[in-house]
Amino acid sequence: MFKKLILGATAMAMVGGMQIQTASAEEVLYVPSLSYRTGAYAGGGTPIANGFADYMNMLNARDGGIGGLKVVVEECETGYTAQKGVECYEATKGKGALVYNPYSTGITLQLIPKAPVDKIPVLSMGYGLSAAAVGETFPWTFNYPATYWSQMSSILKFIDSQDGGIKGKKIGYIYLVSGYGKEPIPLLENLAKTMGFEVVQFPVAGKEMQNQSSQWLNVRKEKPDWMIMWGWGAMNATAVKEAAKIRFPMDHFIGNWWAGANADLDPVGKAGTGYRSANMAAAGTDFPALQDVIKHVVSKGKSQIEDPTKVGDVLYNRGLFNAVLVAEGIATAQKIAGKANISGSDMRDGLEALDLSAARLKELGLEGFTAPIKGSCKDHAGGGSIFLQQWDGENWKRTSDLIAPQTDLVRPLLEAAAAKYVSDKPEWKTQTCK
Amino acid sequence: MFYREAGQFKTNYKDDQAVFPILQDRLAIGLFLIVAFVAIPYFGNDFFINSMMIPFLIFSLAAIGLNILTGYTGQISLGTGAFMGVGAYSCYKMTSIFPDVNIIILIVGSGCFSAVIGMIFGLPSLRIKGFYLVVTTLAAQFFLEWCFITIGWLYNYNDSGAIEVPQREMFGIIVTGASATPVTRYLVVLSIVVVMTWVASNIIRGRIGRAWMMIRDMDIAAELMGVRPLQAKISAFAVSSFYAGVAGAMMVFLWLGAAEVESFDVNHSFLILFMVVLGGLGSLLGSFMGAAFITLLPIVLGAIPGILGLHINAAALEHVKFMIIGALIIFFLIMEPHGLARLWAIGKQKLRVWPFPY
Repeated sequence: MFKKLILGATAMAMVGGMQIQTASAEEVLYVPSLSYRTGAYAGGGTPIANGFADYMNMLNARDGGIGGLKVVVEECETGYTAQKGVECYEATKGKGALVYNPYSTGITLQLIPKAPVDKIPVLSMGYGLSAAAVGETFPWTFNYPATYWSQMSSILKFIDSQDGGIKGKKIGYIYLVSGYGKEPIPLLENLAKTMGFEVVQFPVAGKEMQNQSSQWLNVRKEKPDWMIMWGWGAMNATAVKEAAKIRFPMDHFIGNWWAGANADLDPVGKAGTGYRSANMAAAGTDFPALQDVIKHVVSKGKSQIEDPTKVGDVLYNRGLFNAVLVAEGIATAQKIAGKANISGSDMRDGLEALDLSAARLKELGLEGFTAPIKGSCKDHAGGGSIFLQQWDGENWKRTSDLIAPQTDLVRPLLEAAAAKYVSDKPEWKTQTCK
Repeated sequence: MFYREAGQFKTNYKDDQAVFPILQDRLAIGLFLIVAFVAIPYFGNDFFINSMMIPFLIFSLAAIGLNILTGYTGQISLGTGAFMGVGAYSCYKMTSIFPDVNIIILIVGSGCFSAVIGMIFGLPSLRIKGFYLVVTTLAAQFFLEWCFITIGWLYNYNDSGAIEVPQREMFGIIVTGASATPVTRYLVVLSIVVVMTWVASNIIRGRIGRAWMMIRDMDIAAELMGVRPLQAKISAFAVSSFYAGVAGAMMVFLWLGAAEVESFDVNHSFLILFMVVLGGLGSLLGSFMGAAFITLLPIVLGAIPGILGLHINAAALEHVKFMIIGALIIFFLIMEPHGLARLWAIGKQKLRVWPFPY
């Protein structure tokens, strides 16, 4: 009885070809936003989600959308967990989603193989899999404006320009033990050989984020010349506090762009003065586009932001920058496709042809907001430069020029990593670039 | 009236000992299976199958595993999440070592690794009980999580530290990987869950299951009557971890597609324990009910404002969901401390005597 049932059901399933298609969306540009306003990392997720939604709503209010079509941002709460992220993806992909911004390396890794199947690109802005920058191997994944690896190479380049070079120096790397924190290690070890420095690693387990005394005891023992941090959430403030406690020279302590938000350093305050972090989008509201956001959205109470003075915070502006990339991708895609109502694969072409030049940034009212980005079939990271900002005890101040990544050193490593990713996936679809 | 057993005579021992001795139960289970195997694949859309049915079935299997240990043998464990992880990581390793072996064999086989690990961490149960045992299983949870992060061999030294599912076919149909259709994956999960539930129900009804229940009810009496605690407890840990391991392997290979260590953290151990407690300790049906309550209810609740045309922002909705589900858990546990399965049993009894209750 049982066997017959199973056999019968499988047979029916195979004959049936049973896909109930959800009704195609009406004429809007539908952009799901996988946000995390709840859970342990809500402090980081909330401003990002606000910045993203506010920019899109500003475009709707000021320009009537993009190319005449309204942008619909639907938030889906992931709580920073991969399982909820996939649930959100499944719930929204049928509504004509143009692009996914997963906001978590864990979710990104799950969406990368799904993207080519569902024909919806993934834009993991400055997180996710570094190897995804190799456009030939990952046609559907984008890493604008830069990957973790190119960011690391920029930070090392900055160190090289200080205090008589990096050669012979000892660099401490303190990181969160997770996919995110471990990602740059292969590059760091590789560049240690080519650039001639020594690396000491200080791993911090996720559960021990707020108790780093043993790591910093080791730092005191090892006496590195510079410290680099790949941290997130509560880990950042704790690390800066501990560094201050052991009197580590703060201006020789550099965090990556997830270790340099206002929320990270506010609890540290004065003690953190001099701490540096990388960033990709300027903080503050001194840009016409941000003024428009305040005028059209925030001051009209259409934003979810609770405290209007938080507009222009580091992470708010990062979410806004993400929205700018998506909006530009949509505009480019509309130009290429010759129609306003684009699909996911049009969006992919648009993102690939993305050209956010200095002139275009000025046009958008974002002059000097970020480094110019230009994508291509080969390069899905856009070769974006980063800059360093420094904490003055109360706020972040930009203190360096744009630092370009060491593409010549990073690219071969990225290609090797991409080849490794697909090595056990014979069915993986790549693209060839002219 | 609806549930009248009158007139259903058992004329031999075989009938008397059937899994479902009552005709109505057999019909209901047949109907359920037809719905699950035919109607859902045919009518369900991708979201329903992929984000509701597949997780529900996978967590049901994990809950059955924990129920065997906690509900039937009385050994409380907080290591289920990690045992699921053992299944997932061993399945991943086996797919890369034996790429040509059928994926179903690997998924079920990965349960064996988890069973062995479960047996090792079950050894302390011979000496300690109750809360003290909880602490040792918690140690297993943290130790295994640490292993998943630290031992690079387990994830083939990927830069990302995550395990990714390769594409595998069976009879020319893609079963795992991103190209596999939700329906295919659903039918595979459903088949495994149905078969393993049937096996579990028979283990529990037999000599081994009775030994477990004797240990649970009074271990000294059980020992005096000839039940060997070593075999009984360790076998419970082995079978329980086997089920958890298969559930973990299915979670990664047939649902998520990739996983980091966060997918197997202590929160999942708690979640599955809640399913078991809420559904009913010592009940297979309860495992399904508990899993449905914890996995499906939030999604259903989340969809309600959309259906009503209300716009609530995502974060507020999440908070409201937490509150409603928390309140419901307390409500059900006060109403019926023995879980949803007991509620169903009471309902069944009422139906049996309706309309002339005595």
